[in-house]
Amino acid sequence: MHEKLIFEHSRTGRTATAQFPAAEAADIPAGLRRKQRPLLPEVSELQVVRHFTRLSQLNFSIDTHFYPLGSCTMKYNPRACNALAMLPEFLSRHPYAPEATGQGLLGCLYELQEMLLEVTGMQGVSLTPMAGAQGEFAGVAMMRAYHQSRGDLARVEIIVPDAAHGTNPATATMCGCKVVEIPSLPNGDIDIDALKRVVGPATAGIMLTNPSTLGVFERRIAEVAGIVHDAGGLLYYDGANLNAILGKVRPGDMGFDVIHMNLHKTFSTPHGGGGPGSGAVGVGKRLLPFMPIPVVGTQGNQYRWLTEKDLPQSIGRLSGFMGNAGVLLRAYIYMRMLGRPGMQRVSEYATLNANYLLARLKAAGFDAAYTDRRASHEFIITLKRQSRELGVSAMDFAKRLLDYGFHAPTTYFPLLVPECLLIEPTETEAKEELDGFVDAMIAILAEASSDPDKLHSAPHTLPVRRLDDVRAAKQLDLTWKPAQA
Amino acid sequence: MTTPADLKFLKSHEWARTESDGTVTIGISDHAQNALGDLVFVDVPEVGKTLAAGDACAVVESVKAASDVYSPVSGEVIANNDALGATPELINTDPYGAGWIARIRPSNAAELAKLLDAAAYDQIAAAEGH
Amino acid sequence: MPFIPHTDADVRDMLATIGVPNIDALFDEIPSSLRCGVLACIPEALTEMDVGRLMQERAAQDGRPLNFIGAGAYEHHIPAAVWSIVSRGEFYSAYTPYQAEASQGTLQLLYEYQTMIASLTGMQVANASLYDGASAVAEAALMAVRAHRRSTSARILMPTTLNPVYRQVTRAIAGNQSLNFEMLPYVPGSGTIDATALDKWKGQDVTALVIQQPNFFGQLEDVDALTDWAHANGALVIAVVNPTSLALLKPPGEWGQKGVDIVVGEGQPLGVPLAGGGPYIGFMTTRMEHVRQMPGRIVGRTLDLDGKPGFTLTLQAREQHIRRSKATSNICTNQGLLVTAATIYLSLVGPEGLERVAAASQARTRELVAALTKVRGVRAVFNGPRFHEAVLTLDRPVGPVLEALAVQGIVGGYSLAEHYPELGNALLVCATETRNSNDIARYAAALASLLS
Repeated sequence: MHEKLIFEHSRTGRTATAQFPAAEAADIPAGLRRKQRPLLPEVSELQVVRHFTRLSQLNFSIDTHFYPLGSCTMKYNPRACNALAMLPEFLSRHPYAPEATGQGLLGCLYELQEMLLEVTGMQGVSLTPMAGAQGEFAGVAMMRAYHQSRGDLARVEIIVPDAAHGTNPATATMCGCKVVEIPSLPNGDIDIDALKRVVGPATAGIMLTNPSTLGVFERRIAEVAGIVHDAGGLLYYDGANLNAILGKVRPGDMGFDVIHMNLHKTFSTPHGGGGPGSGAVGVGKRLLPFMPIPVVGTQGNQYRWLTEKDLPQSIGRLSGFMGNAGVLLRAYIYMRMLGRPGMQRVSEYATLNANYLLARLKAAGFDAAYTDRRASHEFIITLKRQSRELGVSAMDFAKRLLDYGFHAPTTYFPLLVPECLLIEPTETEAKEELDGFVDAMIAILAEASSDPDKLHSAPHTLPVRRLDDVRAAKQLDLTWKPAQA
Repeated sequence: MTTPADLKFLKSHEWARTESDGTVTIGISDHAQNALGDLVFVDVPEVGKTLAAGDACAVVESVKAASDVYSPVSGEVIANNDALGATPELINTDPYGAGWIARIRPSNAAELAKLLDAAAYDQIAAAEGH
Repeated sequence: MPFIPHTDADVRDMLATIGVPNIDALFDEIPSSLRCGVLACIPEALTEMDVGRLMQERAAQDGRPLNFIGAGAYEHHIPAAVWSIVSRGEFYSAYTPYQAEASQGTLQLLYEYQTMIASLTGMQVANASLYDGASAVAEAALMAVRAHRRSTSARILMPTTLNPVYRQVTRAIAGNQSLNFEMLPYVPGSGTIDATALDKWKGQDVTALVIQQPNFFGQLEDVDALTDWAHANGALVIAVVNPTSLALLKPPGEWGQKGVDIVVGEGQPLGVPLAGGGPYIGFMTTRMEHVRQMPGRIVGRTLDLDGKPGFTLTLQAREQHIRRSKATSNICTNQGLLVTAATIYLSLVGPEGLERVAAASQARTRELVAALTKVRGVRAVFNGPRFHEAVLTLDRPVGPVLEALAVQGIVGGYSLAEHYPELGNALLVCATETRNSNDIARYAAALASLLS
């Protein structure tokens, strides 16, 4: 399978311009005009449709493959959410059109805020952050703004566990904070003694995921909250793993002051080949004045955007308009279809699937990273033993899984577990699919003994074989250039 | 590769060699290049820059990691290794020779005495290897 | 159960395999004191049919008014093929292409996108997208500070002709890292900035000058002179551009003697619907020498084990998952699906189609300005060339007029009262190729009757 570049289909003078009228723009001065046309392909509509359809067929996706990518919650994206968010009235709405002409959309967003408040146990929600990382940014910026508003200017340290996702420390830096890492215990919990040693008058807050990126629930979370609050810091909840606890335990009840949610994970909006995401934030009482704007509010029986005038202490605007409205609509539709009991079923069946898969893999001879712990909605297998005994790596397993028709789990994250696979099946996968995955893992383990080269050189059946990443980084080829005539 | 006995080290894997003219050449150890894997880019310090011992002065980058290089000594950068721009793999193939990163005119010779010797560094590197 | 496939028999078997009596036992590590009760405020579930009816009603409530606003988001025709392909599950439901071998479709598409957007802006390299135009300006400011090693001031000059919300967003995102933003006023007659006004900073350490073209008023800046001033004074130049306009306007890579250093902008006009404000696309391009300071994902072409070409994410050592607290940005997920739309859109329209869109939009706005300024009490504010957008003033406050127009199904423009009070009763209007002469006549008639 190989598809030429779109530019290689191009022939000068071939057009698909039927869509547009011709016109003149003589009023642009010559000195400001473009002289040479940009490198855009000249192709027919059929060529475009065929090219991009073929490209799509080179992808694995949830719609075509089991996609147990840990920490990413690759659950089914219901078609209704897409179809209804693409109603022409929603699509054609200009963000600056008067609020009176947008009460339908604003009503959906307001109700979404209310539902997110309920499932998180927070006091306020802003939908404006455009991805999880921006939600994190908003969260840490609010913590900083809170301390600054109290004249508590020395609080510039953000504590993160060593298992944290890389965005956590990157976010702290973007907010002008300093990162302090604390270790995890061998059982996956936070090292409370280490935490006690690092908190103090410089502590702005701590960033935690619970269940953690190690796939286990932080059991002493109430104690952690107490220690950080007593030291004058705040607690930030990274909602990457909210799917594990939806309707079971709420971040607000665990003592968190601020959370971000990845609507593209827990609330099933599409991942889109790397976005758009949506990183709504929820806050406790202390951070209410600092929420990013705009937020949907009500006035009489009308919905309206709350702005700087309503929230003068806000950390400000993070997007050109009001966040990823189209993504928010999809999340709203999904939540309305799940309803109250459906919300709790999400975490129940996600957890059931994860624990079942873990039990079967353990029985098949794989090592859990945290043997005596319950899996949350995801879990870690370590291939350290296989690596030592058979000379095969987690990456070899991941690549060979592709040949068996399964997307690989997350590999080499979290960094502190050697040769790890982080596996998250989600609630929308049927038992047969999980069993098929286990069968593939068993078959690959057998190959690792009998024919390890089959793993080292995998994948064998995909459009390309393993790619030379060193060459990619050294001989940078980032744009296509036409051959010189 | 045996660690040259005339070098001094930081435990963060940088080496320093005092040249006959009193300047100090710095680079990263064989153990460090091995852990990073194939290097794809090296950001060398600009000539004329003044460094304090322990300052991050260069970045070495492989496809899976990027690491700051800390200066073992204080002083002014008087040369950097241009060749690393086109051939960063020199650090992989010859970390203590052609893969040098920068040359520094030290402002405090006493700092050199505080660095690890080759044997002490080898012990640290060996402990990390497990 | 919606979207959950388990039968009772499945659940029984699975629990037996795990060795627990029921699903609730799987949550036994969560302290019982923390467990929440019934989520009382979550409504009962709706069937697909019922949620469909609800959404249809909400949509009908909003209707489809005739739109004459631009101000950073533009209503262009989107060929039917664009979203029919974008909605394919293989694009819609894939994730970030970490497993390159299983993601060649997305990766090749991103490489084609990088090629197109780099060429459109006249630069050497592009990233695979940022969130939107506003946040892209913030990332560009931070990037300029990293890239400009000799500048220590972190001083960014921002003209008041830069989209005011972009300025707010840039402060909110980049302000935590001690950047200094200084404002550059516009010349009242032309609505553009003047290179001589920059001389106030002559001889000082300026990290970067931001130039928006066309600027927020739709006016065309003297980009050559501004770029040359910045470079002569040791500053980098960040261009903020509308991608449609670049079919007609000189690309930033050719501004002045040397071309600019970083280009960003809002990619929404390229096949992305208005959709109430997002999701859109931030694009960013730069010179090769700055590629390692660029935030966001980048795709490169390389070879596989058999020596066949293939695509992969590259230069990942810049990114948060490797570099952690020293990453160029915390961005990970970007706007992949919208980039898919933009790439298909640019392929369909090609160089000639994009010129037609730009020229037709230009012609429609000219027609709109001519029609509206015939109405008594309406006049154009600025002289000089512009692109598909214009500032008008009315003889009375804009707010109530816009509300009255909305009642008649016309979204008449963007009020400048909040951000540019000095302009009086000013209104920013836009007509793209999607507005025809009847639409324009309808707006002009409605406005005439309101102002009479």
